[in-house]
Amino acid sequence: MFIDQISVFVENKQGALKDILKILADGKIDLRAISIADTSDFGILRMIVPNPDGALELFRSKGVTASKTQVTGCKLSDTPGSLYHVLNTLHDAGISVEYVYAFITRKDEDAYVILRVEDNDAAQKTLLAAGHSLIDPHDLYGI
Amino acid sequence: MKYWNQQIETISRDQLESLQSERLSKTVAHAWEHCAPYRVKMEKAGLQPGNIQGINDLTKLPLTLKDDLRDSYPYGMFAVPMSHVVRIHATSGTTGKQTVVGYTKGDLDVWNECMARCLTMAGATAADIVHVSYGFALFTGGLGGQGGGETIGAATIPAATGNTKRQLQMFTDFGSTVLLCTPSYAMYLGDAVREAGIKDQLKLRIGVLGAEAWTEQMRGEIEERLGIRCYDIFGTAELMGPGVSCECAERNGLHVMEDHFIVEILDPETKKPLPDGQPGELVFSCITKEALPLIRYNTRDICTIDRKPCTCGRNFTRMGKITGRTDDMLIIRGVNVFPSQVESVLLGIPGAAPHYLLVVDRVSNLDTLEVQAEINADFPFDEVRRVEELERRISAELLSVLGVSAKVTLKPPGSVERFELKAKRVLDKRKGTN
Repeated sequence: MFIDQISVFVENKQGALKDILKILADGKIDLRAISIADTSDFGILRMIVPNPDGALELFRSKGVTASKTQVTGCKLSDTPGSLYHVLNTLHDAGISVEYVYAFITRKDEDAYVILRVEDNDAAQKTLLAAGHSLIDPHDLYGI
Repeated sequence: MKYWNQQIETISRDQLESLQSERLSKTVAHAWEHCAPYRVKMEKAGLQPGNIQGINDLTKLPLTLKDDLRDSYPYGMFAVPMSHVVRIHATSGTTGKQTVVGYTKGDLDVWNECMARCLTMAGATAADIVHVSYGFALFTGGLGGQGGGETIGAATIPAATGNTKRQLQMFTDFGSTVLLCTPSYAMYLGDAVREAGIKDQLKLRIGVLGAEAWTEQMRGEIEERLGIRCYDIFGTAELMGPGVSCECAERNGLHVMEDHFIVEILDPETKKPLPDGQPGELVFSCITKEALPLIRYNTRDICTIDRKPCTCGRNFTRMGKITGRTDDMLIIRGVNVFPSQVESVLLGIPGAAPHYLLVVDRVSNLDTLEVQAEINADFPFDEVRRVEELERRISAELLSVLGVSAKVTLKPPGSVERFELKAKRVLDKRKGTN
């Protein structure tokens, strides 16, 4: 149960992020979740959208290089310590997390977390075995 | 002492030209005999050594370019057996490979002689303490300056570059009186002296600065900061190293050591000699070199010459300041850098695309180089760690190939400007220095 995340490599200069978001706005693409990693030189914009392949094609048509990365989504209760339990479970299994970002929705009381790990299969098995629930991509795209 | 070698430095033009003629025909015969690439070039031009009787035949000879040295990498242009070579230096090539130059014992003697003349011209004597802050190692500046200082009998300090605090300590404690380095390093040291407030403790009186272009304004600032009088010195590794020419006390052009080098200025298009005073490509023929007798070597520097006698008493032709180049070579912190070298590095690294821009600037009087390169569209750029690893790898390779450190900035695919005809790969923000 992978979630397709779209990533765009963004120059660290004024207006660069806005220009990327304008492409999404003009293409009427709704953002489910967004996260930005920034360094002094560049940024990486990561997003979850309802139609990942459509967004990829849209970016390509505008000359913007975007890539698709499979990430794991985990649903957890919106209470203190819940993310800790997820990360601790992965840590105990020796799985390291490249990056993580979380968001909440209007739909239910749960919080959603996106995890980027080297081996999605191993991570998902570990999380399920520990009683965590994973996000079904179709549920997520259709929020 | 005004001259190191008065007899030769004040030789009449007539005598000089007959000496040059004799040495040129000897050098051409030597190159023909011992250096296959020369023989091939001359045969192509329909020439035999006997066709070159003197300097009037000079323009019949084909030009030599840096690429000839690249094509014969590393030792193919050497005209003596390796057992006669006692020193190797190297400088940047136009691609990944360096340009390698060699010297016989006799070549080093000539180099030391030329450097001794330059230092003497600038006013240095055996009583001076010469501080050599050029890079040592493969760069010719360090050992060239060291040899010159020792030849005039001065206590010569191989201070090299870096460790500013120690440089200043040597200035004050060792009592350095003559500084040899690049103009930008002299500015940098001057700023450090000003910051430390130790100008009144310095014994420095002369600067002999070269290996990069500098302006009169920069000369004034260096002189003010260090309390010295500065002289411009010129040379390239292919010809010898520093000491091919230098300013005398008049500071009205750089006297070329014409008993060892014949200088010409050529029209960059037609390659025909230009009248004195007109700017064109600066071309030298080595007429005493044994190991690497480059004949009509086109430096691609743009310069003028003046053959009128100088009020200093020397009759050696004077070169003006170098005002530019007819190729895309950059000089960064005294090191020659070609954009094509950067391209070859980028082509060798998966993840980097060979679309790039070199941004050169001068910050706190030191040259900076930024290489903006595109990340490949198929590179897994989703993770910061991987992108940073890629930046570090490109930086390390650039340092090893260029010999200068560069800041690498990765850009999104397709964001670096594309060119259909002549690509503009360099943005040089330094004012009036290149």
